[in-house]
Amino acid sequence: MLRTHKLGEADRIITMLSRRHGKIRAVAKGVRRTSSRFGSRLEPFMVVDVQLYEGRSLDTITQAESLAGYGAAIVADYSAYTAASVMVETADRLSEAESSVQQYLLLVGALRSLARAEHPSDLARDSYLLRALSLAGWAPSFDDCARCGAPGPHDHVVVQLGGAVCPDCAPPGSPVLDAGTRELLVALLRGDWDRAEASDDRVRSRAGGIVSAYTNWHLDRGLRSMSHVESERTTP
Amino acid sequence: MYEGIVQDLIDEFSRLPGIGPKSAQRIAFHIVQTENLDVTRLAELLATVRENIKFCRICGNVSEQETCGICRDPRRDSTIICVVEESKDVAAIERTREFRGLYHVLGGAISPIDGIGPDDLSIQPLMQRLADASVTEVILATDPNLEGEATATYLTRLLTTLEIRVSRLASGLPVGGDLEYADEVTLGRAFEGRTTLR
Ligand SMILES: [Zn+2]
Ligand SMILES: [Zn+2]
Repeated sequence: MLRTHKLGEADRIITMLSRRHGKIRAVAKGVRRTSSRFGSRLEPFMVVDVQLYEGRSLDTITQAESLAGYGAAIVADYSAYTAASVMVETADRLSEAESSVQQYLLLVGALRSLARAEHPSDLARDSYLLRALSLAGWAPSFDDCARCGAPGPHDHVVVQLGGAVCPDCAPPGSPVLDAGTRELLVALLRGDWDRAEASDDRVRSRAGGIVSAYTNWHLDRGLRSMSHVESERTTP
Repeated sequence: MYEGIVQDLIDEFSRLPGIGPKSAQRIAFHIVQTENLDVTRLAELLATVRENIKFCRICGNVSEQETCGICRDPRRDSTIICVVEESKDVAAIERTREFRGLYHVLGGAISPIDGIGPDDLSIQPLMQRLADASVTEVILATDPNLEGEATATYLTRLLTTLEIRVSRLASGLPVGGDLEYADEVTLGRAFEGRTTLR
């Protein structure tokens, strides 16, 4: 379940990412009534087996069986909630045209990891973003030069060029990429959690800024949920 | 499609929440065809409501005056504030007759994916009200769905700095739904059995 929109008096339109059929939008009737038999199964961050009845414009959900419920654990931790919101919004945007089983599995795995608090939520979010964009065909490079392939490590990063760039490819005034941030970005992309978690807050925040800029560059419009992650960091 | 003003009327009704094209058509034809229907009163009422309804300067509830009837009522217990998402939740809780404290209407729930963060809700005004030491308990009565729970989590964390009891409506409320649809008995019980978060 990616997101929901209120419809009419007590219905919702549910946007889902399916394992094999990409993104699906369907109507859940009466789901906002507290007596609804769907309960919380059709809320974001839930993994559900649904049956749909084909309608003229939109399908209707006739049955929903819960496979895994990550919502309750995620909303109990506010930073996990904002991270999960970024993930589902990204999945929603990346699957506009088509999607893949890998994209589905990556999202489910990331939500599960957030619900279980396996890793700090900002790292889980950034790792998900880099890997989801890679699956969509926009793999960044933080080691070899993203433009000419010259072996790294390199000291500059230009998100518009795809990551780290060599001195020849770096336009004048390119942002500097320090060793700690570069190592963290490489670790996040690979899912190397031991190395990622060894990083300190300053490095995480810098890497987060680069991941956020890289994501917004590739998605036509910026992610709405991203701004609330950043503002969340500055509050106690 | 109908001609001119009839279709305009149907279009206007379809833009209202909870009214689909079929209902809009039914209402429009009811207005067009029913004899002795006092449309002048209806039209005047709509205009009057728009002109006179304000939001209570203290709690954010809909009100005809600067402050709402609940905030003005000296019999209400001003040491307890119940935090809800919308004015219609105030109405739902009032129907239970279980609660004698005051309210605070947030104006929605935190939903990053819809671009709604804490700053978009009436959270700062709530904190200002709580700075006044007379409040001893805050009841979080946001909807028992994902966004409502996340908003309660955020507020709980924010309120930990204050010496105030923070409680959440009992978990007996069915999950996934909107508070306004809970029946009076269930909602009343949820109030009685509210759990202290800190
Ligand atoms: Zn190069
Ligand atoms: Zn008031």
